[in-house]
Amino acid sequence: MTTMPRFLLAARAVAWRHLYKWITVPANFMPTFIFPLIFFGGFAGALGRVGDVPGFDYDANYTSWIFVFSLLQTCLFGGLATGFTIAGDFQSGFARRLMLAVADRRSILLGYVMSTFARAAVMSAVVTGVAALTGLEVLGSVAELAAMYALALCLSICGTLWAAGVMFRARDPQLGPAMQIPMFIAIFLAPVYVPLDLLEGWLHAVASVNPITYVMQAARDLLAGHPHDTSIAVYAIAGLMGLLLVWALTGVRAAERAGG
Amino acid sequence: MTTAVAAPTARGVVNPHAGSASLPVQVLVLARRSIKGALSRPQGYMPAVIMPLLLLTINSSGLSDATRIPGFPADRFLDFLLVITFMQAALFATSNAGLGLARDIEEGFMDRLALTPMRTGALVTAQISGAVVIAFGAAIVYIIIGLATQVDFHSGVLGVLLLLVLATWTAFCFAAIGAWLALRSGSSEALQGIFPLLFASLFLSTLNMPRDLIEAEWFQVVTRFNPVSYMVDGMRSLIITGWDGRALLEMVAVLALVSGIGIAGCARALRRRQAQG
Repeated sequence: MTTMPRFLLAARAVAWRHLYKWITVPANFMPTFIFPLIFFGGFAGALGRVGDVPGFDYDANYTSWIFVFSLLQTCLFGGLATGFTIAGDFQSGFARRLMLAVADRRSILLGYVMSTFARAAVMSAVVTGVAALTGLEVLGSVAELAAMYALALCLSICGTLWAAGVMFRARDPQLGPAMQIPMFIAIFLAPVYVPLDLLEGWLHAVASVNPITYVMQAARDLLAGHPHDTSIAVYAIAGLMGLLLVWALTGVRAAERAGG
Repeated sequence: MTTAVAAPTARGVVNPHAGSASLPVQVLVLARRSIKGALSRPQGYMPAVIMPLLLLTINSSGLSDATRIPGFPADRFLDFLLVITFMQAALFATSNAGLGLARDIEEGFMDRLALTPMRTGALVTAQISGAVVIAFGAAIVYIIIGLATQVDFHSGVLGVLLLLVLATWTAFCFAAIGAWLALRSGSSEALQGIFPLLFASLFLSTLNMPRDLIEAEWFQVVTRFNPVSYMVDGMRSLIITGWDGRALLEMVAVLALVSGIGIAGCARALRRRQAQG
């Protein structure tokens, strides 16, 4: 226990506190579950016939198609919820004390990433459970499913890094929409409802260069048991994580310069 | 000073505290305050304006293939989905009226108002009216956007006017429910907790697909019992069908019922709050 480096000890403390607040405050806990489930229920329930459209070629059913979107959304938006926690900590003055207390402020960022990762794992299990009850069709092997969840959980890290970068700079929950809207747009500008080939015009052009498109496609292929272009998805998410890590670390620096 | 305050003709300086101020004047002054308060916080209303337009733009393009489903009632998904903007404006009315009122309760404004000759009910009516006026303005903007994107309003000019009325009435329903919840809880945090449910009511309706084209039986049942489906279908009928008496009557019946529940709930909660002092 005592042999653990101080950096990790601080990160673990931040993570535990964040998880504790998440579990014990229903106002924090409920929206993280409810919104992804609303989207899943609303889309999977209403849009089943979209799977019958000519050219829609997916081995599993439409519930599975939408499930992957909901899973990725759950993980990504879970990271965004952490942004509000960070901003709230700055408003209450806790973040200032925290920054004074730790030697290396990057441990705070790591703590938030760790707790959001754990939270995303729990939320993914819940979304999977609800999807299973409403007809989720799983054709992939255990290893393929594990790869699908790994991709989704990496997206939760991306969401956390993006949100942390914004909120370490803004330090104000009122700027939440500036944090949420870009990610909301990013995930909806992927092939959410139909395959990329069926998208037309500007949406097809944008979706073709959106890294989330490749993560979503690879996750769907893994669920259907036909892994295809998984390596492109891995490169896409690794690139995103790298860029967003720089964004988050410079955000921590900005908060340091502003005096917490 | 007193001359300016008492003079009802001076613009913007009508004193509602004057004993002679009638209830409509009190409501007008407080509604103006409510609208100004809401419009002074762009971070509060901008997402409510931007998000439905984003959803409309992205979903109408992403789901354009849905129009190829046999029996789909519109040629363009944009026409079918335009109703999402009116519904989102109505949902925003809940937060506008509800959060405004909850804040007035939390900050003691309502208690201070009770010490003046003003009626507390005027504050509730004003918060609801303010939210409805904003929703009305948003509905006009959405109709203009519809016209600019060549949405074919099948019911013509009269239908567009009726659409405006129905969108405003829908906003009134949601605003009244928001005010009721604010009066009951007196807490903006508690009110925030209800928004996911309102959001759910929107997405678990016929918003994205007509009921007869919904495959999942459980979802068909949900849409049948969800009053929002009737609001969506009524307004949508004016856009993509023309004059559908049944859809409109069902919507009016639902709006009358929800308005009644909202008003009765507000009156009861207000009486209870006043009785508690």
